[in-house]
Amino acid sequence: MTDSILSLVVFLPLVGAVLIAFIQRSQTEFIRRVAFLTVLVTFLLSLYLYFKFDPQSQAYQFVVQKDWIGSLGISYYLGLDGISLFLFLLTTFLGPLTILSTWTAITEKVKGFMISMLLLETALLGVFAALDLFLFYVFWEAMLIPMYFVIGIWGGPGRIYATIKFVLFTLTGSLLMLVAIIALYFINQAYTGTYTFSIPELSRLVLPLKTQFWLFWAFALAFAIKVPLFPLHTWLPDAHVEAPTAGSVILAGVLLKMGTYGFLRFCLPLFPNAFLEAVPLISILAIIGITYGAMVSMMQKDIKSLVAYSSVAHLGFVMLGMFALNQQGIEGSILQMINHGISTGALFLIVGMLYERRHTRLIADFGGLSSSLPVLATFFMIVALSSIGLPGTNGFVGEFLIILGAFKSNVTYAVLAASGVIIAAVYMLWMYQRVMFGQVTNPANQGLKDLNKREKLILIPLVIAIFWIGFYPKPFLSKMETSVTSLLESTEAKLAAQKEGKTYLSNSEFEMIGVSNNK
Amino acid sequence: MNWLAPDINWLGLAPEILIVLVGLLVMLLDPFLSASRKQILAHLSWVGVLLTMLACLYLWDSNIDNWEGMSLADNLSLTLKLIFLSGTLLTIFISSFRSKSEIHGEYYALLLLATFGMMLMGSSTDLVVIFLGIEVMSVALYVLAGFNRPDPRSGEASMKYFLMGAFSTGFLLYGIALIYGATGQTNLVEVADYFYSSPTDLVLLAGIGLLLVGLGFKVASVPFHMWAPDVYEGAPTPITAFMSTAAKAGAFAPFVRIFLHSLAGLSASWSPLLAGMAVLSMIVGTLLALVQRQNIKRLLAYSSIVHVGYLLLGLLSGGAEGGASILFYLLAYTFMQVGAFAVVIYLGNRGEEDLSLAHFSGVAVRHPVAALAFSVFLLSLAGIPPTAGFVGKFYIFSAAVRTGHVGLAIVGVLTSVVSLYYYLGVIVYMYMRDPIELPARRPSVALVMGLALAAVGTVEMGLFPGNFLDLAQQSVARLLGS
Repeated sequence: MTDSILSLVVFLPLVGAVLIAFIQRSQTEFIRRVAFLTVLVTFLLSLYLYFKFDPQSQAYQFVVQKDWIGSLGISYYLGLDGISLFLFLLTTFLGPLTILSTWTAITEKVKGFMISMLLLETALLGVFAALDLFLFYVFWEAMLIPMYFVIGIWGGPGRIYATIKFVLFTLTGSLLMLVAIIALYFINQAYTGTYTFSIPELSRLVLPLKTQFWLFWAFALAFAIKVPLFPLHTWLPDAHVEAPTAGSVILAGVLLKMGTYGFLRFCLPLFPNAFLEAVPLISILAIIGITYGAMVSMMQKDIKSLVAYSSVAHLGFVMLGMFALNQQGIEGSILQMINHGISTGALFLIVGMLYERRHTRLIADFGGLSSSLPVLATFFMIVALSSIGLPGTNGFVGEFLIILGAFKSNVTYAVLAASGVIIAAVYMLWMYQRVMFGQVTNPANQGLKDLNKREKLILIPLVIAIFWIGFYPKPFLSKMETSVTSLLESTEAKLAAQKEGKTYLSNSEFEMIGVSNNK
Repeated sequence: MNWLAPDINWLGLAPEILIVLVGLLVMLLDPFLSASRKQILAHLSWVGVLLTMLACLYLWDSNIDNWEGMSLADNLSLTLKLIFLSGTLLTIFISSFRSKSEIHGEYYALLLLATFGMMLMGSSTDLVVIFLGIEVMSVALYVLAGFNRPDPRSGEASMKYFLMGAFSTGFLLYGIALIYGATGQTNLVEVADYFYSSPTDLVLLAGIGLLLVGLGFKVASVPFHMWAPDVYEGAPTPITAFMSTAAKAGAFAPFVRIFLHSLAGLSASWSPLLAGMAVLSMIVGTLLALVQRQNIKRLLAYSSIVHVGYLLLGLLSGGAEGGASILFYLLAYTFMQVGAFAVVIYLGNRGEEDLSLAHFSGVAVRHPVAALAFSVFLLSLAGIPPTAGFVGKFYIFSAAVRTGHVGLAIVGVLTSVVSLYYYLGVIVYMYMRDPIELPARRPSVALVMGLALAAVGTVEMGLFPGNFLDLAQQSVARLLGS
């Protein structure tokens, strides 16, 4: 069971997609149910992974490794550690909620939509579980195509421009990363004599500084576009605003995390020296992203683009925490990835619910909604506060840890970033006030139906998660602690080895720092 | 002077002999069949191609010297032949005629004879045999390009192809003559031996340069590509598919033999030229394909120039890796390119396949399977995983990075990004625009089979490329092994 459970979870959505392909197009209700059931079972199975995950172990868990393209040293190699586990779970958690949110929002070409969403989920899960660089790249790119269709077919009026921009931005970065991956593969062969794409194996390389520099930036560009780090963020508002609600949720909730995850999984352990050198530049870009994202959010007329720009700010925090390079910073950064997925996902869902009622997303068209939509208003309040980072919600824990970590490494960065939190409160609360409070001036806003059961069912799990992480983050932090410690230790060890002029960590050093992968 | 009969090994030549016999049989039978029974010729042709493929497989690892070192049945030549034959097989399947009375026996016979020409090239180790193969292939193709007689553009394509082809043949022949003049040899091994002993012989260098120009014309690499778009547009669509895959692979065969093997050690003298051709092909082809909105065949024609650039990149990388990457890419390219043309035929109105992009509006609604298949082929051409095109590009770029051509590999990946833009453009029309009415018709069984075969090949080579990679590596191991 433990051998194949991870493969099962990753590929179950794909199986669902294949099943749906055989259902007649007109049977929309049946298609929706099959899709929902598939992602629900996927989520339940992934919970098993959470409970079975051993927080003490430094090694990758639930590992599967099989030859795929033997002659090139490419293997089908999956596994999870404390860093990827939660991103993996976040993906499976958001799956059922997004499918549920499309019940009435997507009425055309339902079959194609569900197939795309399921394929997307498999690709995303694969990205987080892959331990073979080639396999990772295949999932990374394969994700593009379903997302391209989701935005391009079911999106808003400017969808075609948005979707092509999204694909071209992403692909530019990822193809340069491909060249770097190939280069890394041959460098490893030159050092060790074996051809392999295995990430744990490649992590043992201690590369010359110049090589590190080039490879780091080739990887970093691909990830920074995905995050998106200022000034590479311009594709994001377009894609978010045009995407259908479910697409936005996945885009913000999971897709952006592929970038931050990439920094943590590849850039840090593979190129630690280059990573260190990049700290000032990337930290400053992250801080610019935090303040710029927040200020631009403030000026938005469309709620959805407000939420989109706020993502730029939030992801700036994630990057800042990661580049603080200490236990608190990185743990906060991982936690904030999850938080952003939950809070921003919930925000997009609520915006989608408003849109279904009013067919507009302009803040000016709303006003005084809380009188007719009290339940929605309550949910919206909780989510908005969690996005700001009010104590007691998930956002607080994440941002607190990040600023703590940043404070330890550089006080200036921490102070600058903390001021971003204030602007965040301004734009979010101001928007909330204009939409929910005040007099109902527009007659169209009267007599709207409050949330139905299905919509409550979508939001309740998210709110539970918000408070759970807010009040009791220990189950999350404790499972990632060991992996983060060993990541930092192995980075230290590699920095030391670099000074001694070694080319790769020997077996004993490797096992000592615990990144080894003895099943 | 006594004339000695050359020592011919008939077994090694079995595939060539088989395909010629089938071609001749088709031509002979043609007059005896009534119009309603001409379909038999098509069946005879594909069965013949399949048998020839079996003959190639039978000869695997035999390494027979066909006649006096002028032609070899080694694994490289057998794999090349299998690639040509796959292209021919798919072309036969996707060839559809407006009515049964329009089926001409010559069509199939010429296809088979063109394939014979390619196969000669695939196994030749002598400049004279290479020339013979190129001419057999080209003459058959000149006629085939003009086969759509009611359409004046088909005639134009044929004429243009003939004139440009004859012109390039002149270069080729002159190059061979100069090489012979300098070395007194036409055998590639002996030419190479001479070259190693005096690498600065200007006559020889000029000969090699002209050879490069002649072959550059045949594979349609920039700056020798001008004929390709017009010819590809005017020729009947199945023939366009055939020319842009099998014929291109055929012309690549001597490239592999000459530049990867015989002259490999002297790459300093020819690699700058090839690098220029590769970079220009990738960049110019991409830029020109970007603006093709009027005709899907032209778009695919320009994009095929880009793919020549990638193949030349494999050539530059050299060695067993480079050779294997070329073979893998040629096969992958055959599947995806013929597949793409098969969809064009499927959606077009028998012979009127000059579809502009607007014609693809909303195809996904009316022909969901065709739209899906076309998307797979286009994404594969763009090199998106998990398709054959991705693995092919990955292999070519990795060979390039390994041999230090990182700059060229980066040009390759950047043009891939741009190329995705025009491939996605077609997908945008198919999935994201409202449908327009196209005259509907039932596709023939053969066309659907060809389409399915190409799709299976494209996906199979993308998901499980292991066996194909092994095959490609084994084919070059003996000749180029490290």
